[in-house]
Amino acid sequence: MTRTLITMDAIDLARWQFGITTVYHFLFVPITIGLASLVAGLHTAWYRTGKLKYRQLTQFWGKLFLINFAMGVVTGIVQEFQFGMNWSAYSKFVGDIFGAPLAIEGLLAFFLESTFLGLWIFGWDRLPKKVHLASIWLVAIGTMLSAYFILAANSWMQWPVGYTYNQAAGRAELHDFGAVLTNKVALVTFPHTLAASFLTGGAFMLGIALWHLLRGGKERQDLFRPAVKLGAVTVLVAAVAVLVTGDIQGKIMTETQPMKMAAAEALYETSQPAGFSLLTIGSLDGQREMWSLTVPHGLSFLATGSWNGKVQGINDLQQAYEQRFGPGSYKPNIPVTYWTFRLMILFGALAALVALLSLWYLRRQGRSPSKWLVRAAIVLPLLPLAANSFGWIFTEMGRQPWIVFGLMQTRDGVSPTVGAGSVLTSMITFTVLYAVLAVIEVALLLRFAKAAPVAPAGAESESGPELAEPDAAFLY
Amino acid sequence: MHLTDIWFLLIAVLWTGYLVLEGFDFGVGMLLQAVAKDPVDRQVTLRTIGPVWDGNEVWLLVAGGATFAAFPFWYASLFSGFYLALLVILVALIVRGIALEYRNKLHDPQKHAAWHRRWDLAIVISSAVPALLWGVALANIVRGVPLDAEHNFTGNFFTLLNPYALLGGLTTLALFALHGAIFIALKTHGPVRDRARALVLPLAGLAVPLAAAFLLWTQTYDGSWITWVLAVLAAGSLITGVAASRMGRDGLGFLGTAATIVFASATLFVTLYPNVLPSTTDPAFSLTTTNASSTHYTLTIMTWVAVVFTPIVLLYQSYTYWVFRRRLTRDDIPQRGTPARPAPAETA
Ligand code: HDD
Ligand code: HEM
Ligand code: HEM
Repeated sequence: MTRTLITMDAIDLARWQFGITTVYHFLFVPITIGLASLVAGLHTAWYRTGKLKYRQLTQFWGKLFLINFAMGVVTGIVQEFQFGMNWSAYSKFVGDIFGAPLAIEGLLAFFLESTFLGLWIFGWDRLPKKVHLASIWLVAIGTMLSAYFILAANSWMQWPVGYTYNQAAGRAELHDFGAVLTNKVALVTFPHTLAASFLTGGAFMLGIALWHLLRGGKERQDLFRPAVKLGAVTVLVAAVAVLVTGDIQGKIMTETQPMKMAAAEALYETSQPAGFSLLTIGSLDGQREMWSLTVPHGLSFLATGSWNGKVQGINDLQQAYEQRFGPGSYKPNIPVTYWTFRLMILFGALAALVALLSLWYLRRQGRSPSKWLVRAAIVLPLLPLAANSFGWIFTEMGRQPWIVFGLMQTRDGVSPTVGAGSVLTSMITFTVLYAVLAVIEVALLLRFAKAAPVAPAGAESESGPELAEPDAAFLY
Repeated sequence: MHLTDIWFLLIAVLWTGYLVLEGFDFGVGMLLQAVAKDPVDRQVTLRTIGPVWDGNEVWLLVAGGATFAAFPFWYASLFSGFYLALLVILVALIVRGIALEYRNKLHDPQKHAAWHRRWDLAIVISSAVPALLWGVALANIVRGVPLDAEHNFTGNFFTLLNPYALLGGLTTLALFALHGAIFIALKTHGPVRDRARALVLPLAGLAVPLAAAFLLWTQTYDGSWITWVLAVLAAGSLITGVAASRMGRDGLGFLGTAATIVFASATLFVTLYPNVLPSTTDPAFSLTTTNASSTHYTLTIMTWVAVVFTPIVLLYQSYTYWVFRRRLTRDDIPQRGTPARPAPAETA
């Protein structure tokens, strides 16, 4: 029994560590994915028009992109190692299936990203212009490829397909790789995450550009106006895409993991029709009466696509699962799933709202900038970051107690020989290190976000001579 | 040849590629303060690896991913068993990556002298630590670790610190430093190159006896005539490389140390085969290419992916080295906002 106690501790710690390091990694990931294409777009504009302002914008956003990218890279390495370090039983059980997309991600995506980013950073005066432009586009493609493969791996944990369970070997074995790559969960998670990333990248650009627009003089305003437009349009288009894909995801989730949908709504009793609860005051444990503000028929539509669809409740599902999988609790943490689901949507919606307001402001720019818009600009980049984190915490916590849905429980996945002391050591180490790096990175980002791009000497007019190389902070 | 053997070979190739490529990155980092005495020299030195170090590091990620995919049991036992050692390596790789990328974001050598000093120190330490620990880890893989019947590691952090493994660590440390010095000599002109060249002989004085002792000791594990041949080739390349570098033939010198690392790594992997992680508790508990592997189906898919995409990766990575083939000098570093070279006029 003492042994169980010790391993219990290691499990909780391993889960905390995974949660902390992954959410941290995913603060940088969506900025990288979104901004890569936006920078590539600005670079293309420069290539096409030869206008100085586009080159300045490319380098301005490029620098911020690089500061963010570095953090994405170093925190990603931890992710790659962590499965074996903390989750070795899991790794043995699923390695035959799960390892393949991870390895392919490295071979197809990470090599592409890192090599061509090196060419882009240092290639300003070494590469033919076309090749230089192609480099940043290949980086952007690499980030999306990477997202696809890692999400295919994660989707397999949400909805395992294409495998057989080998009793003798005690593991899941792959028999249809095509099915893993076209998992219906992956096919909708990928566009949803991609859309969320563009929302994030767009808001990052919009927030900073707006700040310059509202603060700066005429020159800076002219420079940043295209960035405000690009950012705002990206946010709005991405918001629509997030909504549409999220809606489809809700339906697929109801098919694959009905417990997650019920938990997202704290819906204890099966209902037909079911309302979507906007806000609940009271306890979420299903015992006490609670007050809640509900959109009638809302959940029925989100979950089933029909306004009168039947949505299964937590209690019925718990019973069904006990019959299928044996005794035990199959409920995730309900308050966490309930609130994270709402907050994801709320923060995304707020970002879209700010984007709308700023476009509206641009149209009537004769008037002096509103103080509120300046404040909104400052928080804007943070909103989708919060939405992303809540989305992941919802997805992952809502899957509990499973690490691979229906196949393996989280507590069985942990490394059997790694003691709580080791996990605690690594968790503290990463947390402290990540906190220090966060301070440095945010300070650098702020510094470069605030600095107005200086026009290179001798380039007063747009047709004047230009430096091919960006300033020293860009390179080493 | 079975697919499992092909994958053992591929993983050995990935590790070898990683050691050769990141080996000189580590060396350059370790020697940063030794070869570069002023801010401009530091920038020259770091720019020799600037465009390539991240791509080089991906060799490690792919080696890890490939191990997970092809030999999940190896991946699981190794990574959970070498827990604290890997933690230290991870911390070093994180600090190093950030140090390289952020160091010059504040670039005024006067105003930001303290910022530069701290990052430079971080680069030196975080390059040396993994250079040492990868050797320790690889030596332990060859030597074997205590594994139980379930292939779970039953030792602790200190199990890994045995004399053979420590010798392995010192060998990679010295070898990578030498490899880095020769690489700097190959990629620069001026004072940085002169200092790097002056370091070659002293570093060789460390690396040669360490590598010789380590490769000889390795023969006692599962040596065969092949491992002897490989070890001799490693020694030959090392001596050729050092001699060539002394004569100012930097390219040949670099090929020499690169070949040394290739042959030394080959010695280790051939010694290891057909095990992937021997058990010192009972040979019957060892992980081998057959009992650690994925299914035939998974290996077949992975083989196709590797066959199609590895050549493409090699092609574009070689292209990068070709683009940045020119030696760097102090004139390449723009100073105080003025362009280093007369700016070429924009041709739209
Ligand atoms: C939806 C996208 C996504 C998700 C869910 C994850 N990542 Fe990530 N990862 C990326 C998208 C990404 C990226 C956009 O491709 C990054 C971010 C910044 C960067 O440099 O590339 C990256 C970087 C990155 C790196 C460094 C690559 C390099 O050196 O260039 C590694 C090793 C990983 N990731 C591994 C993982 C693992 C094992 C994850 C699972 C827990 C994970 N990532 C989640
Ligand atoms: C990058 C975005 C991701 C985020 C933000 C994220 C978030 C989380 C969080 C918060 C937990 C803790 C859940 C808990 O303690 O109950 C967790 C657990 C976990 N996630 Fe994810 N996750 C992400 C992606 C992935 C991916 C891509 C995979 C697999 C490839 C994955 C695999 C796991 C595993 C193995 C656990 C540990 C078991 C558990 O506690 O649930 N996650 N994740
Ligand atoms: C109306 C708006 C939205 C709806 C209906 C929606 C729906 C969903 C659903 C159902 C899931 C869980 C999928 C699963 O676990 O199977 C999810 C996950 C997620 N959401 Fe949203 N979402 C919305 C808005 C957003 C916004 C604005 C963001 C970020 C900017 C976001 C980011 C994420 C992320 C990162 C995940 C985890 C990855 C995934 O499973 O796709 N979502 N969303």
